[in-house]
Amino acid sequence: MSDAPVSYAPSGGPDEVCSYEDTVAAYDPVLGLEVHVELGTKTKMFCGCPTEFGADPNTQVCPVCLGLPGALPVVNETGVESAIKIGLALNCEIATWCRFARKNYFYPDMPKNFQTSQYDEPIAFNGWLDVLLEDGSTYRVPIERAHMEEDTGKSTHVGGATGRIHGADYSLVDYNRAGIPLIEIVTKPMTGVGDRAPEIAKAYVGALRDLLRALGVSDVKMEQGSLRCDANVSLRAKVGDDPGSEAQQEVPLGTRTETKNVNSLRSVERAVRYEMTRHAAVLSAGQTIVQETRHWHEDTGVTTSGRVKSDAEDYRYFPEPDLVPIAPDREWVERLRASLPEPPAQRRRRLQETWGFSDLEMRDVVNAGAVELIEATVAAGATPAGARKWWGGELARRANADGRDLGDMGVTPAAIAQLDGLVQSGRLNDSMARQVLDGVLAGEGMPLHVADARGLAVVQDDGALTEAVNTVLAANPDLVDKIRAGKVQAAGALIGQVMKATKGQADAAKVRQLIMDTVAPEQG
Amino acid sequence: MSTLSRDDVAHLASLARIALSDAELDRMCGELDVILDAVATVQQAPTEGVEPMSHPMPLTNVTRPDEVKPSLTAGEALSGAPEAESDRFSVPRILDED
Repeated sequence: MSDAPVSYAPSGGPDEVCSYEDTVAAYDPVLGLEVHVELGTKTKMFCGCPTEFGADPNTQVCPVCLGLPGALPVVNETGVESAIKIGLALNCEIATWCRFARKNYFYPDMPKNFQTSQYDEPIAFNGWLDVLLEDGSTYRVPIERAHMEEDTGKSTHVGGATGRIHGADYSLVDYNRAGIPLIEIVTKPMTGVGDRAPEIAKAYVGALRDLLRALGVSDVKMEQGSLRCDANVSLRAKVGDDPGSEAQQEVPLGTRTETKNVNSLRSVERAVRYEMTRHAAVLSAGQTIVQETRHWHEDTGVTTSGRVKSDAEDYRYFPEPDLVPIAPDREWVERLRASLPEPPAQRRRRLQETWGFSDLEMRDVVNAGAVELIEATVAAGATPAGARKWWGGELARRANADGRDLGDMGVTPAAIAQLDGLVQSGRLNDSMARQVLDGVLAGEGMPLHVADARGLAVVQDDGALTEAVNTVLAANPDLVDKIRAGKVQAAGALIGQVMKATKGQADAAKVRQLIMDTVAPEQG
Repeated sequence: MSTLSRDDVAHLASLARIALSDAELDRMCGELDVILDAVATVQQAPTEGVEPMSHPMPLTNVTRPDEVKPSLTAGEALSGAPEAESDRFSVPRILDED
């Protein structure tokens, strides 16, 4: 491995980028995505240590995952089953015989000085995943392979200003994560993506996340690192306007860069877009792309140069002598196939029918990443329309504005179901429900609690409301006269005043009715 | 039969993060050649029609159920560490990424 990190940014300044429009006008992008998913097994891949997130440092370790002399690994059966299930769900072939391999490198995140992985014999290979895009069309992502491996330990760099390694004096390592089962899912080169490359990249990772969640093999929390994405991007000269044309496919692939650890759906889209525009600027200036890893910076939305690929890739793989081959018999594979849940696309069609959503409504819900959330909210007692309104509307808007995933907003399906119930029962009107949602998002508790604490309730007591209406009518004889003269729209101003007097807690339709009944019964 | 160049040895040393002086490189070059020559003898064995073998026992699918076994305590885990801090292994800074 090369010791010195190499920087390619001229004089350390930010890289030049082209506009996105110019980029896709001149170049045809090709993507390759590598997704690592941490399995949700109770124990690690090769030892019985627990895998809970957030445990005290080095309390979930043993001689095997610490790489102590003489320790012998044994494969986690559930880990293998999960890998096969993932392979089947990705329409892959399942190997009849495969081995683990040692990937050798010297870096303290693996105490063994190698990572147990699979090399040229992955357990699953040659599959595909259909991904639904925003315009309702489908892109079929070709899957190269899915293989089993183990996660690495976690390093904290001490002494550096940024927590990154540069300038650090030393590093502290926690091996709790070392040995947690990982499945690496690698696509074939994704061609024909054209100017939709960033969208397709995001949609693929989103679809994969939904699939893995449906399989129940992982909690797929991107913010906790249980689903991580590396994005390979390359550009080649564009031929004609159809990125899927045969002539375009004959153009050799350009040099790729691999952007590591892109850990939210939104970042996948942004990172791919950024790398495309950066490549375009390099190529347009007559220079060549250096094959290297890039680091994604969430805050600034740019990538910076990491290490050069060629040296680092000398991992000297060889078959792991401490583990015997895995040879899944066909009966086992078919039993696992029979246990797979309904495929997401089929499930979406079924849910759309059950919920009575239009195609457009369903597409919006899918694009917002809200299908599972709505399903859980309906299961918690909400109306489908109510669940859609909140998740697909207000919350999706806020998630988008904050650059967060819908599932990470800090509001649960149970809370939304309760909020919907409060609206359906007439306790809250729309604007109050929004205020309650504000409270829930601010951590004030469940909707009922927030509504009580903030004193929010539609005034149901006719006596109090009638009194408020009468007060307003008495104070505005001119408006009352207008209404009597047939100018019904004048009632608007009166309704506004009543709403103000009742601090917005009255039902506007009811106020209108009361005003009309009092002022001009024959026109009400 | 010499198969290893001095550059090969230097490359291997850097992969293994072992610093070798020029004199050591020369010496290792010779010593590794002797080992390679010895292995070359084995390579002369007639292996036509013999399947490559990575494991001596004809076993497959040796697995264990997904059941938690007791781990070490942090104290036990760190007992052999030359340096530790905040219940973590302390290691020299290494120029690379996480």
